Amino acid sequence: MILSQIRELLNAELVSEQEAHSIDIKFAKASDLMSDVLAFSQPFSDRNTLLITGLTNKQVVRTCEIAGIGAIVFVRGKNPSAETIELAQQCNIPLLTTKLKMYEVCGILYTNGVSGASTYGDEEKRNEK
Amino acid sequence: MEMKRKGMKNRVLFQQEFEIQGGDFVNAGESSCKIRNTLREIGINSDIIRRIAIAAYEAEMNVVMYAQHGTMKINVYQDNILLIIDDKGPGIENIELAMKPGFSTATEEMREMGFGAGMGLPNIKKNSDVFQITSKVGQGTSLEIKILLNGKNG
Repeated sequence: MILSQIRELLNAELVSEQEAHSIDIKFAKASDLMSDVLAFSQPFSDRNTLLITGLTNKQVVRTCEIAGIGAIVFVRGKNPSAETIELAQQCNIPLLTTKLKMYEVCGILYTNGVSGASTYGDEEKRNEK
Repeated sequence: MEMKRKGMKNRVLFQQEFEIQGGDFVNAGESSCKIRNTLREIGINSDIIRRIAIAAYEAEMNVVMYAQHGTMKINVYQDNILLIIDDKGPGIENIELAMKPGFSTATEEMREMGFGAGMGLPNIKKNSDVFQITSKVGQGTSLEIKILLNGKNG
């Protein structure tokens, strides 16, 4: 799903000025623990994963940069600091913010076809069979 | 001839060193991002880069969170990449316990940043082919992380 569609579904605002609106999101992970995000990062680098989180500090952007995550959506109407936005722009990671809660965001995206990041590879395996 | 080949194999193809300041949460992770970008420029396989970047980032965060000061060195060889992190800090009293997923001595402030959940060292080990940790209480901790370029996970 294209990031701009996700933005509409979540009634979210784009808080960083990114051209990457056309980024194709296939997977998502939701966590406030950055080490967990790193522990379950998948071996792909095409940035088609979205992080759903309630944390807004710079380390969230760094974690996404390290783990190759393509975009971030902040839940519960949280707005990142100017520092966080600046770093995201440097790393070319678009930031969205929505008033919805984390659980609701997960539900909406899941029912609209965005898979959990841990299911990466399942599609390929199915296609091989 | 054999000696020469061995010599070639152990030659450092690329080397970089970073200083890490304890308590500097603002710049924490910058060195690991630089390592990631450099390895991309060199043309290292993206899965290997991901593993090194994660190990480096967790190690860097540990220095920032717990130590006064540290250095992170990266050496790229023909068949492996070696990351060495040395810090001056409190050291680890019980390494076996520190390696246990979920064990943490992190403060509330660290946890609020999304770290200190007791996954750092286990994460580093998981992403390494060879992992060594030594520590002296009151002096500091050293990590050696080796990732093979043609290994089982590469």
